[in-house]
Amino acid sequence: MKKTAQDYSHINGWGIDADPLDVPAYPMKKRTENDNKGMIWERPPQQPELVEVLHSNERPGLTAVFGTPNPPKGLSGKIRRYAFKYSESMIRHWLLLLVADRVNMIEGIHEDINKGHFPDVFSELGGKSEMKYNKVGLTRKIALGAGIAVLAIAFLRTRR
Amino acid sequence: MLAMNYRGPYRVRADRSKPMPKIEHSGDAIVRVTRSCICGSDLHLYHGMVPDTRVGTTFGHEFIGVVEEIGDAVQNLKVGDNVLVPFNIACGKCVFCEQGLFGNCHESNPEATAVGGIFGYSHTAGGFDGGQAEYVRVPYADVGPMIIPDNMDHDDAVLLTDVFPTGYQAAEMGGIKPGDTVVVFGAGPVGIMAAKSAWLFGAGRVIVIDHLEYRLEFVKNYAQCEVYNFRSLGDVVLFLKKTTDWLGADVCIDAVGCEAAGDAMQTITGRKLMLQSGSATALHWAINSVKKGGIVSIVGVYGPTGNLIPIGNVVNKGITIRANQASVKRLLPKLIDHIQSGRVSPKDIITHRIPLEEVSDAYHIFSAKLDNCIKPILIPPSARK
Repeated sequence: MKKTAQDYSHINGWGIDADPLDVPAYPMKKRTENDNKGMIWERPPQQPELVEVLHSNERPGLTAVFGTPNPPKGLSGKIRRYAFKYSESMIRHWLLLLVADRVNMIEGIHEDINKGHFPDVFSELGGKSEMKYNKVGLTRKIALGAGIAVLAIAFLRTRR
Repeated sequence: MLAMNYRGPYRVRADRSKPMPKIEHSGDAIVRVTRSCICGSDLHLYHGMVPDTRVGTTFGHEFIGVVEEIGDAVQNLKVGDNVLVPFNIACGKCVFCEQGLFGNCHESNPEATAVGGIFGYSHTAGGFDGGQAEYVRVPYADVGPMIIPDNMDHDDAVLLTDVFPTGYQAAEMGGIKPGDTVVVFGAGPVGIMAAKSAWLFGAGRVIVIDHLEYRLEFVKNYAQCEVYNFRSLGDVVLFLKKTTDWLGADVCIDAVGCEAAGDAMQTITGRKLMLQSGSATALHWAINSVKKGGIVSIVGVYGPTGNLIPIGNVVNKGITIRANQASVKRLLPKLIDHIQSGRVSPKDIITHRIPLEEVSDAYHIFSAKLDNCIKPILIPPSARK
């Protein structure tokens, strides 16, 4: 049930990019003379590796450029190094990295405190905008939190 | 310098002690950022869903700015140029870049082979810091960045770094033929641009599905399309079958990705427990509501692990699935023409301009969909003078 008979004059540019020769649409396999020859391209100059950079074991080494902020360190770094022993195809590779991220979050709090900066979690969570735009939701969250706390205290007292 | 600093899920802050980026490779440039956006896909990082997102990372892959410094080998840019920087980091030399697949460069991301480097998108995408900062290091400066045309509004320019190209490529990958019915799942910024772009390919009918009324109202006016709230539809796939003469849509576009609402099982296993790489509700609906022999186009971002999707129906219905990171550099000339000809005005989707210093609130407003937020942009102090 095609609707080409309809009037689309109210839509600026309707059909301007419809090219019957462009079938199927991108991404097409656009063959070049270098297809099927492996990694034969002239590689860009190599960025010096001045910090530890982990690389996927599905490639032979580093790419020509890479990001250097936040190299692996601490316990999270150990977990990341271990995760990179497994290929991108292995679920344990990704789950270990997620575990490392959560450990890294705790390390980040320690790091802040060691530098004399106590994290302002309320502001980091966007608390000011929540107060401005979602007072009802914020009140509900506080009430829910308080309710859970009261129940937990009551439960603990009952057990004693 | 001032920069956004990730501290863990839902926790970010503006940090004034971030070290200035340096030239680390002869092809690098340092860009002073004048505008950067928060992308819907940044929320996946913000929510802690992307593996190897390290504390201290600065997000931001949609930004424009002024060239402050260039490496010895850079020839196409000079200090003082106003540039828009595609979110893909691409060498321009590997076999994938040679084919125009700039989102799949093989020389920009050591940590994963499945995706090329992306600014500020975790170590899974190369470990580069992003543009939600005063300054940013831009590798391969001769390849990706483009000098902003003199007569272009910089709000339009910043949306050419990802949102408009991604939405446009979503429609392009749909292989839309004149008269086709196109369903776009998701009325976020990319879904809005996909709906708008579908008409350029001659779509006969464009339908957008979401559950946020303010976004549906916006896209109905902006992209002149039909909109439906899936909360009121009941069975989304059944509704789409009925409204397409029981055959299904010619093209379905997943512009949602891993944080889709609408299915309890997907939400619990994907978003809450992270047992799959996010909730695949939109993709599930797309596969089941597309016509036999139709095309599903995916630009919604999923994590690198696996998802529960009805792969059997992909076979049974003979569906073609096309998906990729947008190849921004390839698309820029055509999209600039669309903007300059007045066919598309990306800047109209910007709803919030927020100082970089208030980045925590900017993320929360966008993530929690407060104040009818569609697209927030962050403005560093130096760009406000």
